[in-house]
Amino acid sequence: MEKKYEILEHMADGKFRAYGRNLGECLGNAALAMVSLMWDPEKIKPAIKETIKLEATGPEQLTVKFLTELIYLLEVKSFLLGRVNEIRVEEVPNNGNKTYRLEAEVSGDRISPEYEIYGQVKAVTYNEMKIETSDDGLVLQVVVDM
Amino acid sequence: MDLVRINEFVWEIPKSGEMKVPARIYASEKLIELARRDQTLQQARNVACLPGIQRMSYVMPDAHQGYGFPIGGVAAFDLDEGIISPGGVGYDINCGVRLLRTDYKESDITARRKELLAEIFKEVPAGVGKGGITKLSRNVLKEILVRGAEWAVEQGYGTAEDLDRTEERGRMKDASWEFISDRAMERGIPQLGTLGAGNHFLEIQKVDEIFDVEVARAFGIHEKGQVLVMIHCGSRGLGHQIATDYIELMENKFGFKGLPDRELINAPFKSDLGQRYYKSMCAAVNYAFANRQMIAHWVRDVFAKVMGSAKGMRQIYDVCHNVAKVEKHTVNGKEKLLCVHRKGATRSFGPGRAEIPEVYRQVGQPVLIPGSMGTASYVLVGTKEAEEMSFSSTAHGAGRVMSRNEALRRFRGEQIRDELARKDVELKATSWKGVAEEASAAYKDVDEVVRVSHETRLGKLVARLVPIGVMKG
Repeated sequence: MEKKYEILEHMADGKFRAYGRNLGECLGNAALAMVSLMWDPEKIKPAIKETIKLEATGPEQLTVKFLTELIYLLEVKSFLLGRVNEIRVEEVPNNGNKTYRLEAEVSGDRISPEYEIYGQVKAVTYNEMKIETSDDGLVLQVVVDM
Repeated sequence: MDLVRINEFVWEIPKSGEMKVPARIYASEKLIELARRDQTLQQARNVACLPGIQRMSYVMPDAHQGYGFPIGGVAAFDLDEGIISPGGVGYDINCGVRLLRTDYKESDITARRKELLAEIFKEVPAGVGKGGITKLSRNVLKEILVRGAEWAVEQGYGTAEDLDRTEERGRMKDASWEFISDRAMERGIPQLGTLGAGNHFLEIQKVDEIFDVEVARAFGIHEKGQVLVMIHCGSRGLGHQIATDYIELMENKFGFKGLPDRELINAPFKSDLGQRYYKSMCAAVNYAFANRQMIAHWVRDVFAKVMGSAKGMRQIYDVCHNVAKVEKHTVNGKEKLLCVHRKGATRSFGPGRAEIPEVYRQVGQPVLIPGSMGTASYVLVGTKEAEEMSFSSTAHGAGRVMSRNEALRRFRGEQIRDELARKDVELKATSWKGVAEEASAAYKDVDEVVRVSHETRLGKLVARLVPIGVMKG
C-alpha cells in the first residue's frame, strides 16, 4: 500500500487517517501519523527498541491504548518513535465478547538536541474516531488532543 | 437545530428530544457564527441530555468544539442524581493561569528584558519531553497530589500569601492518590515544575489599559506600563493520563451505547467510580497548583537576580480553567451543592463569596484570561450576576479559528518572531515550527470574547495586559 497515512484539517487539535491491510498495519501507520504531529519519524535513528503489549475490549479502545502508550514512552522514557518494526493484533473470544490483543516492536531514539520536537500530543480521543473498510483494507481516523 | 436569539448576547437551544434542560450560549453575532461552524452547539445540546443536569447547559463566549463537552462549556449536576464526566473537565486537568504583579515599570526593565527572558528560559523547563529540575520520589509525589501548592510553599517555593491568592488555596481537599494508575504517576514524576508545550506559555507583560481603577487597585494593578508575569500551564501528563484512564474505566463499567458521543462517558457522582475519578481529578488539580507555584518561584528568583530585587512581586491570583468542583448554588430558589464542570471556563465569583480571599471579597474574584501567544491578555472581575447566568463562570481565552496545518502553511516561526520584535515583543521558544502553529492569527479575537463577557456581566473588565516578553514551550 502506497500511502501510510494522511494528516487532516482540525480546528483545535490533530486529526489523521491511517491506512492498512489489517488492524495491526493500520495502527502501526496511525502511530507514525501521530508522532508526525510532534516530530519527523523519518529523521529518528533506530537506536533503541521498545516492545508494546496490551489488551482492549474493542478496536477503538485498542487504538486509544496503543497510541497513549507511545505518549507514555515519550514522556517517561524520552523515546521518539521512528519506525514500527512489527505489529500484530489478535482477536480472542472472551465470554461471548472479544478481547483485542496487540503486540508490537517499535524502534527509535531518545530525545536529544539533534531532533526538533515541534508539537505535543496530550491525549488520544474517541472524538470522530472511525474504522472503515476500504478496497485495500482498513481506514482508521483519529483525533488527538494537542 | 433550533437556535433562538434571546437578546444581543444571549442565544438558546430550547429543550427538545432527550434534552433535560435548554442550552444557553453567550456570544455576539460574530462569535455565534464561529460556534455554528463546528460541533459546539450540538455538543452543548448533548450535555443538556445528561442525568441530573441543573438549570441549563451553558456555553461561554470563547466556546469551540471539544470532545464530548464543548470547550467553554459549563454544566452543573445534582450530587445525588447527577454525574461526573472526565470529558466535562478535559484532558488537561487544572490547565490554568497565575498572574504575578511587580513594582517595576516597563522602562525599568527595558534594558534587561532580553536577559530576564533568557534567564527565565533557563530556569523554567519547557518543551516536549523536558523533565523537571527535581527528581521526585513516588512518596513525595503522593504528598504533592494531596497537598498541592501547600507542599510547594512548605518546600520554600513562594509564600503563604500566594496560597491565600490561589483558587482553593492551592489544594483541593478531596484529593487522593489511591485511585491513580502507576502510568499516571510515572508521567507525573519527571514533569513537575515544567511549563510543557502547545498553547502553554509564560509572559512578561505590561499593563496596557485600566478599565476599572478601583478594582484594579484592589488587585495590585496601579498604572499603565506596570510589569506583570503570567504563567499558563496545567497538570501535564499526569492529568492527561488520569482522564484517559477514567474514560476507559467508565466505558468498561457502564458501556457507551446510547451516548450521542463516546467522550460524554460519565459515572454517577456518588458511585464508587465517580468518586474515584473525582478524587483523582482533585489530585491532578493539586499537582497543577504545585507546578505553577514552583514556576512562579523561579520567576521571582530570576527577577531578584537580574533586577536586584523581586520586591512587590505578589501574586494577584491563580485560576483553574479545566475542573469539576462541588459548589453551593441556587436552583429554583433553593441553595444546594452541585458538581460544577468548567471545561475551558473560568470561575467568576462576585463580591461576598466565602471562597474568595478576604482581600478581594469586597470587589469579587480576579478572573484571568490569557490571549494567544503575543496578543493581549485580560484581567476581569467576577460578578454577582454570573451566579444566575452561568453558575459563576465566564470565558477562559481565545480559542482557535485556524487548524495547526493551515497555520504551518501560512506562517513561519522566525517570521512571527520578527513581527513580534517589530512590536517590541521579545520571543524565546523551543521550536520555531511550534511557534508557527500557535500564531496569534490562528486564534479568535480575544478582545471580542472579553467584550461579550463584560457586556453580559459574566465577568467585568478590569485591565488589559500586553506582552513584552514571551516564552513558549
